[in-house]
Amino acid sequence: MATTVPNSATRTLISPVRLNQPRGRLIYRIVLTLILIVTTVVFVGPLYWMATGGFKSSQELVRTPPTLFPEHPATHAFTEAWSRLGMGQLLLNTVVYAGGALLLQLLFGVAAAYSLSKLRPVLGNVILGMMLASMMIPAAALVIPQYLTVLDLPLIHVNLQDTPWVIWLPTVANAFNIFLLKRFFDSIPNELLDAAAIDGAGPVRVLWSVVLPLSRPILGVVSIFGVVAVWKDFLWPLITVPSHETLNVGVNTAATSMPENSLIAGLFLASIPTIALFLVFQRNIMAGLTAGGLKG
Amino acid sequence: MAVTLTRGQARVDAARDGSRPPLAALRRALVRNLRAHAFLIGALLCFVLFTWYPMIREIVMSFQRVHYGETSWVGLANYRQITADPEFWSAWRNTLEFTGIALFFGFAAPFAAAIVINECRHAQGYLRVLVYLPVMLPPVAGILLFKYFMDPGYGLFNQVLHAVHLPTSSWLASKSSAMPSLVFVSTWGNMGSATLVYLAALQGIPGELYEAAELDGANLLQRIWHVTVPQTRLILSLMLMLQVVATMQMFTESFVLTGGGPEGSTTTVVYLLYNYAFNYDKFNTAAALGVIMLLVLGCFSAIYLWLERRGREA
Repeated sequence: MATTVPNSATRTLISPVRLNQPRGRLIYRIVLTLILIVTTVVFVGPLYWMATGGFKSSQELVRTPPTLFPEHPATHAFTEAWSRLGMGQLLLNTVVYAGGALLLQLLFGVAAAYSLSKLRPVLGNVILGMMLASMMIPAAALVIPQYLTVLDLPLIHVNLQDTPWVIWLPTVANAFNIFLLKRFFDSIPNELLDAAAIDGAGPVRVLWSVVLPLSRPILGVVSIFGVVAVWKDFLWPLITVPSHETLNVGVNTAATSMPENSLIAGLFLASIPTIALFLVFQRNIMAGLTAGGLKG
Repeated sequence: MAVTLTRGQARVDAARDGSRPPLAALRRALVRNLRAHAFLIGALLCFVLFTWYPMIREIVMSFQRVHYGETSWVGLANYRQITADPEFWSAWRNTLEFTGIALFFGFAAPFAAAIVINECRHAQGYLRVLVYLPVMLPPVAGILLFKYFMDPGYGLFNQVLHAVHLPTSSWLASKSSAMPSLVFVSTWGNMGSATLVYLAALQGIPGELYEAAELDGANLLQRIWHVTVPQTRLILSLMLMLQVVATMQMFTESFVLTGGGPEGSTTTVVYLLYNYAFNYDKFNTAAALGVIMLLVLGCFSAIYLWLERRGREA
């Protein structure tokens, strides 16, 4: 795993010699402090405003000059936001969508990548090529026929609208994830699989007991991509699950009719789950993303 | 043996088959292929249903119209209708404007951030987490927060600008500043992932190159231009293409922040497609617009691939 702790031995743009001179050290200190302040203000500042905004009254939020700390901190904006957004339901919906999508994606994606990489069926390369070609298609351009398709599935004539399936199934058609998995499986030596096969293991057993345990890092990357994609999607859930909205869509729907402070409180509540998840698994997510990015 | 395509299994089977008749080997190959396809079937079905079939269907329906449940062929009528709509041209203009500004700022910002973070001997982990933090927000939460900041009256941005005696902006409320404001929001929310990709690429640059450049008397900017950029050229051009394709599909920011306004100045192509389908109830015309989008972005991807190949051969 390419964990990227800054290695002081590797030379970058600015030479270590220059940095070790007294003048260089002083400039570096000043620049670093500036960078830290600017980055914190730019990226944490808005989040701080969001977190504290919910504790202010609506009048205080629109006051000139703005207040850095809430004058009379009150929590009622949060409770109001929770009930007016139906936050509990939105969260539950989104978790169900993201969880199911993740499971299906892992199940079908891993099976497909394993088949394309190790079982190598006839026409396997053609199928892989067609999957990869679909990465060139701008997803939004296909929204209309996709929408009509889920309203009335061909042959079986089932309407998937407002069911979780309408979110789950299309996420499986993710060429990038299958490609990442296949690339990783390709790097597993065939001798390992042969050895297992000689011991009498069938393809399922080989996949489960040999390939999967070796593939933890890439499974992690694919899982993150899968969950984040569902969590952040907007247009597709907007049109396909109008009565069981995701968090992302639901916040927008309710936004117009809420007082300023409840809205800000609601935005903060909606942001907590992924931010918390990110801060807890920050190390793994970062390492995974960098590895995935390098390979992709 | 000639028919077998599964590498590992084939070798095992060959050993096991020994002198069996070719018919048995054929049957084995058949079983193996069926099994391999059984592993593929789930993903394959989803691709057929949600990518390949919709693509064909979009092309077919762009030449049709539905009238009281009756589908009929209308030739190019949908294309004529969509191109006759002045909004069609302004939507493309708006989209190109967004893509252009987003390329200028959104493309440079993460690369610059990556270079700066890579030079920091301390707090690198902290900086990377900060830059990536907005990516983890539900996009609408970040977007609506900026709507509050960008209010021309009480918004934080104007208050800060006013306090330091800089000219304030009307942000989303005026035709000229609405699109740049959307780029601003979008860049803030998305630059984290590109920054991480660039950081990974920067860390692969051999230090000797900088050493050599410095010995040759190259200053900081020259070192960036002559070492950093060429060394990351491949990933830069790939990200450039991905970003163009992504920004050409911009929808959420417009939909949430401006509703396409003011005066249609932020109605993008995807927004127009959405309007045709879900507000004007003209799915077939929307499909025609979708096909045009596929063609335009398809051409772009093809040109990119061609240039990329030529660049690699040269």
